[in-house]
Amino acid sequence: MAPLLEIRGVSKFFGGLAAVVDVSFRIDRGEIVGLIGPNGAGKTTLFNVINGFYRPSKGEILFKGKRISGLKPHQICRLGIARTFQVVKPLQRMTVLDNVIASAFLRSSSKREAVEKAEEILRFTGLYEDKDMLSRGLPLGKRKRLEIARALATDPELLLLDESFAGLNPTEQNESIEIIKKIKERGITILIIEHHMKVIMSISDRVVVLNYGEKIAEGSPDEVGRNPLVIEAYLGEAISA
Amino acid sequence: MRKYQPYIMLLLLLLLPLFGLSTYMMHILILVIMWSVIGMAWNLLGGYCGQVSFGHAAFFGVGAYTAGILYFKTGISAWWGLPLSVVIVAAEALIIGFICLRLRGPFFALATLAMGEVLRVTAENLRGFTQGALGILIKERTWVEKTWYYYIIVLIAVGAFVLVKKIIESKLGYYFVAIREDQDAAESLGINTTLYKTIALTISAVLTGIAGAFYTNYMGYIDPEIVFALHDISIITIMVVMVGGVATYWGPVVGAVIMVLLAELIRSLPRIGTAHQTLFGILLILIIIFLPNGIVGDYPKIKRILGFRRRVGTTS
Repeated sequence: MAPLLEIRGVSKFFGGLAAVVDVSFRIDRGEIVGLIGPNGAGKTTLFNVINGFYRPSKGEILFKGKRISGLKPHQICRLGIARTFQVVKPLQRMTVLDNVIASAFLRSSSKREAVEKAEEILRFTGLYEDKDMLSRGLPLGKRKRLEIARALATDPELLLLDESFAGLNPTEQNESIEIIKKIKERGITILIIEHHMKVIMSISDRVVVLNYGEKIAEGSPDEVGRNPLVIEAYLGEAISA
Repeated sequence: MRKYQPYIMLLLLLLLPLFGLSTYMMHILILVIMWSVIGMAWNLLGGYCGQVSFGHAAFFGVGAYTAGILYFKTGISAWWGLPLSVVIVAAEALIIGFICLRLRGPFFALATLAMGEVLRVTAENLRGFTQGALGILIKERTWVEKTWYYYIIVLIAVGAFVLVKKIIESKLGYYFVAIREDQDAAESLGINTTLYKTIALTISAVLTGIAGAFYTNYMGYIDPEIVFALHDISIITIMVVMVGGVATYWGPVVGAVIMVLLAELIRSLPRIGTAHQTLFGILLILIIIFLPNGIVGDYPKIKRILGFRRRVGTTS
């Protein structure tokens, strides 16, 4: 069977700057794949390429065996890839519930269906109590979770999480880890960018490491953790810091 | 009680002409309701969908000229301009949308402003088609009395109000607001932002165009300086909504009442009356500073301030 997502030799240049260089990897159904790398390694750029904000300069991306590079973000979302943003983008002057309803409409035929789905997802992500709050009034931890809730409401098969843990306190981190594990149980495949080593090593089935836009390692968390290239580029820095 | 508010309002509107109001009062009422329609139309695009247009005169004018040219060239009643303007203005909106909607924020606003001006200059110079600056005069007025004009514009306004409310409460409304709040987020949530912005623009334009076609029938005379006016149409449209309350159902109505009355008042003032544009500009600045959400949007704030003043009054 074709992998859920296949990235084939993708490069993205901004003028003379190579943000992503010839990156290839694949994601199978049901996996949680961690995408790590130092700041500026091209992780978010790669997300933007997968999600359709950018067209790859070279290479192609296949989703369920079909080429998706070149499609618009809303088309890619409809096919089943949802994402969150590192810098959260809540629909500020909408309530938490309305935020999720807006994305639940994608696969609902009526408003009632969209509302029901949104409420179910808010319970799932533990935001139900805050449903009537304007989303700009939410604390950061909950805004990060709202990003996840909104992405889930589009019924994705593949969820791209961009630093959903950054800026969270330890309690919130644990809550989010639980939510991500529950998302996996729902049968949703996850590609996650994360800086917290403990988080990424504990939840990922596989880890892909980028450095200066190039893939320098791929494998189980243990293998990657022992890889000298990775230690030099990333973990070494983190340990010495 | 709140639930019945719109019905009471409607009943009042329908009974008003029976009170034997003067012709001048009826004229003011008709203008207020017509501006409410234009305000509601703009609010759908600018208030809910966040695409601020500085060129709604482009749609008002084309609607007005559809009725005018239809009458002038074929002799058919200009009232047929109302349904015909729907088709023509919708087509116009699709073209303008195709050009302008790829731009965001202030660039969209500037592009629409340019569109309005382009159409005004075109209407002035296509003399064979539009009579240029001579304008078009509807020689046979349908009614001398204002009553029927009033009922027709009330009907249009009620239709517009219900349409906007239904849209905002539906999927379309959620998508419009999502686009206003963050276009990139909306796009990545599966919302085809180009499509839904085009829908918002087209509905908004068509409602404005109908108001324009009504204007031709009601006033009996149009020329490009009037119906394609940047200040007297495009800017006033924005002011109606901003004064009343952006992205509120009743904002455009409240704004229309205030702006029309204010315009009449200021124009009747000796000497300063000629400076009404300046005075409107000052008003706009004050509104943006003190009531950024308009009268309807900042109603709680207004109530608080007034309530506070009253209490001070009684104690002193």
